[in-house]
Amino acid sequence: MKTNKIFISGDEAAAYGVKLCRPHVIAAYPITPQTITVERLSEMVEKGEMDGEYMHVESEHSAISVCMGASSVGARTFTASSSQGLLYMAEGLHYASGGRYPIVMMNANRSVALPWSIYGDHRDSLSLLDCGWIQVYVEDAQEALDMMIQAYRIAEHKDVLTPMMVNLDGFILTHTYELVEIPDQQKVDEFLPAFVTPNKMSFEEPKNLAFSSKPDDNTEFKYQQNQAVLKSIDVIKEVDQEFEATFGRKYHDMVEEYRCEDAEVVLVAIGSVCGTVRVVVDKLREEGMKVGLLKIRFMRPFPEQEVKDLAKRVKAIGVIDKDISFGYEGTVYTNVNSAISKVENYVYKSNFIGGLGGRDITKAEIEDMFHKLYAGLDKSREEKVEFFSLNVETNE
Amino acid sequence: MKEIRWHGRGGQGGFTASRLLGIAASVHGGKHALAFPSFGPERRGAPVLAFTKIDDTKIRDRSEVQESDFVVVMDETLITPEMRKGVREGACILINTENTAPYESVFEGCKIIGLDATALAMEILGRPITNTAMYGALAAASGLVSLDAAMASIRTEMKPSLAEKNVKIVAKAYETVKTLA
Repeated sequence: MKTNKIFISGDEAAAYGVKLCRPHVIAAYPITPQTITVERLSEMVEKGEMDGEYMHVESEHSAISVCMGASSVGARTFTASSSQGLLYMAEGLHYASGGRYPIVMMNANRSVALPWSIYGDHRDSLSLLDCGWIQVYVEDAQEALDMMIQAYRIAEHKDVLTPMMVNLDGFILTHTYELVEIPDQQKVDEFLPAFVTPNKMSFEEPKNLAFSSKPDDNTEFKYQQNQAVLKSIDVIKEVDQEFEATFGRKYHDMVEEYRCEDAEVVLVAIGSVCGTVRVVVDKLREEGMKVGLLKIRFMRPFPEQEVKDLAKRVKAIGVIDKDISFGYEGTVYTNVNSAISKVENYVYKSNFIGGLGGRDITKAEIEDMFHKLYAGLDKSREEKVEFFSLNVETNE
Repeated sequence: MKEIRWHGRGGQGGFTASRLLGIAASVHGGKHALAFPSFGPERRGAPVLAFTKIDDTKIRDRSEVQESDFVVVMDETLITPEMRKGVREGACILINTENTAPYESVFEGCKIIGLDATALAMEILGRPITNTAMYGALAAASGLVSLDAAMASIRTEMKPSLAEKNVKIVAKAYETVKTLA
């Protein structure tokens, strides 16, 4: 089979993925480190390589508003953002999910001010876990491209009709070049049917959209929204299976277990750091330690079942968080911990906070986390939330 | 895995060279590669870094390069004792210079190769853009990519008018360093 592989950045891979999905409307405001994605898309539209309309907007708030308007008349829409821009969109994000507009967004994960930082962490998107969007985190540029295609299938599914955010780590993925296979357009066209929505604003079938609700029906709308996001779990699995059958690549649905079969101690992470954890797992396995990685792909819907299944089999679970919910713990940890609490056996747990504002997470640091989890097993270490590799003295 | 660190100034094409090497290794060489700049804002003239990782299998490690096997210096005025940090013992250092002697103490324990890339670039391009000359030198010294793959990567990445001159530079730099080694 002839393959088309090119050496491109994560940002460019995302743009190629979007192009293959033939969106009707793209509205986005450039922000580092997402910029290259929207630059490439605007160039593709300008050169006539894609048919969509690229709408120039003065802000992210307008970008998401344009996408909602276009989606309401049945258009396939795309936007992209990062950090401060994503937060500026926040009001519209709730609107889009409540309105059941299946917009797809690329978010280049970046720290949130203050202190001002253009570098990567997960504090932007994780602070918006409750906005009703499906959230996936990818590990490399190929997964970024492929998930754009899967995202439209998932978001636009009639039982889901929920917007979806594809997250890729700022710089580590957005600005790193690697070999990426560009799928065949005809195959993508076959895989991704035209967008059809029952919530279409039209003269032929007039209906009330984006309306107000009263206390006597608001809960029912929110119940339905929750059901739709839960339902997406089945759709995510179905889409990934079909994707593999069509394109030969699979991403293991909600989570990917790496060398967890007989593992005693497992680290849980999201995004690109999973790659580095794999390398450390391989090294420690060679040294005889039974360690593994649980790569969480979807944070919403949350892979509760998968985490529980793992918790039943292992003795210790550590969670790497490139974020902190001040005054408590990392958000990934909170979610993982909630699932672990539903199994009967005791699992030693710890939260490792780091990689904030673009700081590198090294193999030595990850190795140290595994050793700390082992220390927890013989009771020589408490369960705790730890900021690792701090450059300041603490009294802890 | 082999790790390469590129030193240049903004506008000298260090990041382009890191990508060309990635293209040669992966698209034309059947290996796996990652190429990335030092993350953050870029300014013309300011010292910049770029990196290439090359391996026979998929590169999962997304952490920063900590122990370079090869260091390429496109502008010798950037060299300070700090540059020895993060360089593996026995690494190969390629410097755009007429004379490597002043740098031997900085890179003690490493192999140093000098090439007057500026003269080569002036001769063929008519401009002191030294990235492709140093790229050719690295290909010769490292054997990470073949000369054919290196030339192919330039044709993949550059406009035809620019590509042919740069292919010539790569070939000449390659030949010069092969003779030295």
